[in-house]
Amino acid sequence: MLRVIVRRLLQLVVTLIGLSALVFVWLRNLPGGPIEALLGERATPERRALLVKALGYDQPILVQYAKFMQRLLTGDFGNSIRSGDPVTEVIGRAFPATIELAAAAMIIAIGLGVPLGYLAARHRGRLLDNLSIAGTLLGISIPIFFLGYLLKDVFTQNMHWFPPSGRISTGVDNTDVTGFFVLDGLLTREFDAAGDALWHLILPALTLATIPLAVIVRITRASVLDVLNEDFVRTAEAKGLRHKTIRGRHILRNALLPVVTTIGLQTGALLSGAVLTERVYNWGGLGTLIYNSISGGRDYPVLQALILLAALVFVVVNLLVDLSYAFIDPRVRVR
Amino acid sequence: MSDPITRPVVGTPRESVDPAAVEEKREGTLPRGLDRLGERKRARLEQLAQATADKGGVSLVRDAFRRLRRNPTAIVGASIVALFILVAIFAPLLAPHDPAQRFDELTKNLTVDNIPGASSEFPLGSDPLGRDFLSRMIHGSRQTLFVGVLATLIGLALGVLIGAIAGAFGGWVDNILMRFTDVMLALPALLLAISLVAMASRSSQWTVILAVAIVNVPIFARLLRGSMLAQRESDHVLAARALGVKQGSIVLRHMLPNAMTAVIVQATLTLSTAILEAASLSFLGLGDPDINRAEWGLMLGVDGQRYFEVRPELAYYPAVAIIVVALGFTLLGEGMREAIDPKSRR
Repeated sequence: MLRVIVRRLLQLVVTLIGLSALVFVWLRNLPGGPIEALLGERATPERRALLVKALGYDQPILVQYAKFMQRLLTGDFGNSIRSGDPVTEVIGRAFPATIELAAAAMIIAIGLGVPLGYLAARHRGRLLDNLSIAGTLLGISIPIFFLGYLLKDVFTQNMHWFPPSGRISTGVDNTDVTGFFVLDGLLTREFDAAGDALWHLILPALTLATIPLAVIVRITRASVLDVLNEDFVRTAEAKGLRHKTIRGRHILRNALLPVVTTIGLQTGALLSGAVLTERVYNWGGLGTLIYNSISGGRDYPVLQALILLAALVFVVVNLLVDLSYAFIDPRVRVR
Repeated sequence: MSDPITRPVVGTPRESVDPAAVEEKREGTLPRGLDRLGERKRARLEQLAQATADKGGVSLVRDAFRRLRRNPTAIVGASIVALFILVAIFAPLLAPHDPAQRFDELTKNLTVDNIPGASSEFPLGSDPLGRDFLSRMIHGSRQTLFVGVLATLIGLALGVLIGAIAGAFGGWVDNILMRFTDVMLALPALLLAISLVAMASRSSQWTVILAVAIVNVPIFARLLRGSMLAQRESDHVLAARALGVKQGSIVLRHMLPNAMTAVIVQATLTLSTAILEAASLSFLGLGDPDINRAEWGLMLGVDGQRYFEVRPELAYYPAVAIIVVALGFTLLGEGMREAIDPKSRR
């Protein structure tokens, strides 16, 4: 097991180094290069020459790369072109919002997806199954930003059930502890703030959950169907075990591995989806930051850090998922 | 193996042996003497031959195609795709007006918060610039098909190239190429597409197509490499090697064609995601800036978004079109997968 962990960690490091090299090359091949991006309309030959020297672009490419890596490893991503604040600070402000949204979406996707997939498999070929298949197909075919606008239109404009956008109502006095508004409200016992934040969270989280939900339902269903045909399930039934025991210990536990893998892979879809969802609901997280650093004049330092962060999150989550196999399936530990 | 009795009769058509008749014969011969034993044996062998008849004689593709034709979801998918392609081909004949022309009847009532709705002349009303929305929808099928197909084909070509090299050579070549795909896969799809679009000084239709294509390269590469590696050890490759077939020929004529089925299925599914990804890029303002271009993703992502409160139909029509077409490609792709690998059928 230890060997597996070490090997996976090495792979992770290799991937991240490769990615940093790619980002390095990417930065140097941006239209007009980073110099133009930094200077914009203020570019004059003198300023350009100064900046080239200041950034060390007159040095050999390998030296530049070494310096680039050094800055990355010390967490120095420079300053945002838009606001002038340090990139780490800009990202730090937006990070909790996206994590809160993504976590809520994942809770919805897993909480609904696994039971629904299980039920669909158990009712194979019947109405519930067909409905869930149709639902998942629709879920992966709908542009989620359109779904976002649709939900927003129906539930905020027509029914006024939910607030249209933002993370919290103006005027609600919330204390910022962790940056996760719902959690903050609970921690500081400002339950009205927590409730308000949760109320704002529901629609965006539902929108973001669509694709992971559809995928989780499908995988759970397929995986449960595989297990249902196994001899040990028949044996368990023949032994007269209670339905609950068979479901929990025999079927779901064995069907869980592919589902957990999928959940890990879906973090990527969540990060992609967050860019779209946050724009629809004006959420103000990393997705909004990505959008702003592309559309409102390209903010390369921020974009570069966001790319690396997204990849890091995705790779680490998937490493954790792989390692969790050992806890779900004892057989993996032996291998 | 060459014993005529134990060798199953390969390729016997299903109709030639009626299972009921075989069963009857067998029942009938049971109580009789030793003499009939041979007959019983033969009947059982025929039964066996019949059970294996499907597998022999028919090529995988033909067999898969037969299953595909019987699969209702695949038929629905194929019909949607066929209709979509037909509309795209005959768009200039179907569209009542020029999609780029601005009509005075429409522009005169046009304000920021009022976009003329349906009339007899313009069945779906106007777009925000006073153009016929129906004609733009019909012409949009062309551009949408163009973007989807081209992005998929470019991604497929590059992915197949990388995957085939990795799968053919193995060893360190494989290792380097796969680490490269790992890096690309480590980035969420849309973020990768965004970073690629950001590399261009100005976004255009081609930046969108290329970005969506490159996002799909590692997926195709991994898939092809996986099924090529699986074949390296298979009997038919071993046989070819034993016959002295050249390495290049083994890769190109023996391994690649067999490994392509999975890739082609994936390509069908990718057509659906490519259209959706292109729409997402348009929505983020990174799409094609050409205002004359009618493409569903662009119409939904730009005008549909901007005028959602004024005239939601501007979003509804392209959205429904995208959903239906994406669904069509997905159904067809799933049907193809089931047809090629019946085990995956659920």
